[in-house]
Amino acid sequence: MQLTGADIVVKSLKEEGVKHVFGYPGGAALHIYDAFHRQDDVEHILVRHEQGATHAADGYARSTGQAGVVLVTSGPGITNAITGIATAYMDSIPMVVLSGQVMKPLIGYDAFQEIDAVGISRPCVKHNFLIQNVEDIASTIKKAFHIATTGRPGPVLVDIPKDITADVAEFIYPEALEMRSFLPPRKAENSEILTAVEAILNAKKPVVYTGGGIVLADAQKPLAEFVHKLGFPCTNTLMGLGGFPHSDPQYIGMLGMHGTYEANMAMHDADLIIALGARFDDRVTGTLGNFAPDAKVIHVDIDPSVIDKNIKADIPVVADVKEVLNAFNNELQRREKDINPELIGDWWAQIKQWQSLDSLWYQHSDEVIKPQYVVQKLHEVTGGEAFVTSDVGQHQMFAAQFYGFSDTHKWINSGGLGTMGFGLPAAMGVKVAHRDADVACVTGEGSIQMCIQELATCRQYDLPVKVINLNNRYLGMVRQWQEFTYEKRYSNSYMDSLPDFVALAEAYGHVGMLIEKPADVEGALKEAFAMKDRLVFMDFITDREENVYPMIEAGKGHHEMRMRPGSKTLA
Amino acid sequence: MRHIISVLLENESGALSRVAGLFSARGYNIESLTVAPTHDATLSRMTIVTTGDDRKIDQIEKHLYKLIDVAALQDITIAGHLEREIVLVKVKVEPNQIETLQQIAKGFNCSLSQVNEQLFIIEMSGSCEKVDELLNSLNDGEIIEVARSGAIGICSGESALSIPA
Repeated sequence: MQLTGADIVVKSLKEEGVKHVFGYPGGAALHIYDAFHRQDDVEHILVRHEQGATHAADGYARSTGQAGVVLVTSGPGITNAITGIATAYMDSIPMVVLSGQVMKPLIGYDAFQEIDAVGISRPCVKHNFLIQNVEDIASTIKKAFHIATTGRPGPVLVDIPKDITADVAEFIYPEALEMRSFLPPRKAENSEILTAVEAILNAKKPVVYTGGGIVLADAQKPLAEFVHKLGFPCTNTLMGLGGFPHSDPQYIGMLGMHGTYEANMAMHDADLIIALGARFDDRVTGTLGNFAPDAKVIHVDIDPSVIDKNIKADIPVVADVKEVLNAFNNELQRREKDINPELIGDWWAQIKQWQSLDSLWYQHSDEVIKPQYVVQKLHEVTGGEAFVTSDVGQHQMFAAQFYGFSDTHKWINSGGLGTMGFGLPAAMGVKVAHRDADVACVTGEGSIQMCIQELATCRQYDLPVKVINLNNRYLGMVRQWQEFTYEKRYSNSYMDSLPDFVALAEAYGHVGMLIEKPADVEGALKEAFAMKDRLVFMDFITDREENVYPMIEAGKGHHEMRMRPGSKTLA
Repeated sequence: MRHIISVLLENESGALSRVAGLFSARGYNIESLTVAPTHDATLSRMTIVTTGDDRKIDQIEKHLYKLIDVAALQDITIAGHLEREIVLVKVKVEPNQIETLQQIAKGFNCSLSQVNEQLFIIEMSGSCEKVDELLNSLNDGEIIEVARSGAIGICSGESALSIPA
C-alpha cells in the first residue's frame, strides 16, 4: 500500500498499539497532523505547552507500563519538550517522542524553527534518530519503540524532516527487528543466584532495598514472596514506593534524605544490603564515606553501568529483577530448611526500637492545616487506591511519606530530575489511561504554576483530576534549606501576588475550593472526590513554616539524621 | 593508568558525537580518539585512548556499551597489542642542519620529504611513545607544525574485535 510519510507515521503508531498521543502542532509537523485528521485509531490530545505533552505521556507510561507517545514540531516545539524528555530519562520511563524537522534541504541553514533536535536531546535520551528517507520511517519507529521499552527503559526521539512526510512509499510495518548492536538484556547465571542466596541465608542484619526497577519490571509479587519467605525488613526508594505494600509489617518505610529513621539506620548498620532495581542515588546514600560501613552488597539491576558506579557491589547480578527474584524464590524454596528466622531476631528487635521513635511524627494543629494531615486524609478518602502524582518540593516528600502506597504504578513523581511542573500534566496523562480511577495531583503553589496551563487541556478532554494544592506561600523546600543552612535568609523563596486559585480554576471551567481550617479538610476532600466528572482544584492554606522531617543533611550519613524538634529520642 | 579501548561502531551519522558527548558529559578524559570505516562499510572502528583508575575505566566501558550504536568494544591494553600512531612534522632547518635532520630521520626510520630549501616534512609511524621521542629529539625552535593521528591499536594475539554472534 502506497502512503505518504505522514500516514506511515500514524499507521506505524497504530501498529505499535498506541491509543493516545500527546502533542502540539506546528509547521514542520503539519503533514503528520493532517494524517491524524484522516483517521480515528489514534487519539491526539492537544496540550497547551510541549513540556505538558512530555509529562502527560510520562504519567501515561508510568501508570500503564506502556511507552508514552509525544508529537511536537521543530525548533521551540522540541526545545520545550526537552525538560519532559530529561525527566523521563532520569527515571527510566519508556517514551517515544516524534518531532517535526525542517525540510531536508534546509537543515543546517538556520531555517525558521530549525534546531538540531538530535544534538540537543542527545544527553537526555536513550537513543535518537533523524530519519533521512520516507522508506525508513516505519522501521525507525519500530526500532524506537523497541529501544524505549527493552532493557532499562527510556525516552527515544525520532526527528522527521517535513519533506519526507510528504514523500510516498510502500507501507510495510516490519514484523521483527534485527539490531546487532542492541541485544536483549543479559540473563543471570545460576552461579550468581547461588552465591547471592548463600549470602542471604547467612545474613544477621539484612535489608531489602528496592527501587523503581521493581515498578518497571512489575516485580511486586515475587518481591513480596521473597521478603515474606525470609522475614527480612524491606525499604523502598522514592521511585520504588508501592513496590512493597506500606501496610506490611516488614515494611520499614522509605529511605534516604527524607526517609524514616528506621530505614536509614537499618541501611547504616546492615551486614547485607540486597539492592533490587535501585541505583544508590546520592539522595539515598547520603555521603558515600559514611555509607553502610559493614554491609556486603548484592546489587541486582538490568543496567550494568549502575553496578559499582556509586557503591561497590560484592555480588552483582545484571539481569531483569523479576527474573532474578523468581530465581531467588525457587532457590529459597529448595533450601527452605536453611532459612533461620532466629538469625535475624536481634536485628528486628533493634529495628523495632528505631521504629518506636516514630520519626514521621508531627504536631497536629486545630488552628492551621498541616500538609501531612491533608495527605493522610487523602489516603483515607481515596482508600489508598488513588493514582497520586506530585510536583517537586516539600509536598512531594509529604505525599511520599504519608500517602501509603499498596501497589506499583500508583505513585508518579519526578524522582531523578526533580522537575517542578510535572504533577498536573502527569495526572492528566494518568487520567487519559485510567478514566475511571481517582487521580490526585499533590502539588504546591510554586510547582503548580509551572504547568498550570494544562488546566485547559483537562477541560477540553474532560479529565477530572483532583488538584491538592498545599499552599504555604513559600517555595517550601528552598525555604527549609535556607532555614537550616542559610540562617533563615529567605532569598527569593517567597512569591508575592499569588493568584486566587479558586477563581483561576473557575476561569478554566473547573471547580475551585479554598480550605483554610483543619476541620474542613476531610469534608472538602470527600466532596471533591464525589464530583466524579469535575476537575476540582483544592487550595489548602497550610502551615507556612512546616518542615519535612526527618532529614539527612548534606555531608551527613544515614546514622546522622536530623529529627523533628520535640520528637522522641532513644533512651 | 592509560587504556586503549577499541570500539566497533555502527557507521551512522551522529555515532561519533554520542561517544564524544558521553566522555564530556561524565567528565572522562580523552587523550586521543580516532575513527574510520572498517572492511565492513557498515561499521567504523574507533580507538579511544583514555586514563583513569580501574573503576573509572569500568564505568567508561559500561557506558560505551550502553550506547545503541556501539556494537562491540575491547580494552586492548590488558591483552598484548600493537599500537601505532602516524605523525607528520613540518620542520624548518638551516642548510648546515640538514644532515642532522637526515640522521634523526634515519634513526627513527622516518621518511623525509623536502618542501623547499629550508622546509622538510617528516613522516613516521610508531607507538605514541616513539612519536613523543621523535618530537623531543627535534629542536623545538624548528618545528613549524605537527599533525598526529592519535593511536590506533589491534590485539597482537588471536583474539579479534568483532560483533558478538
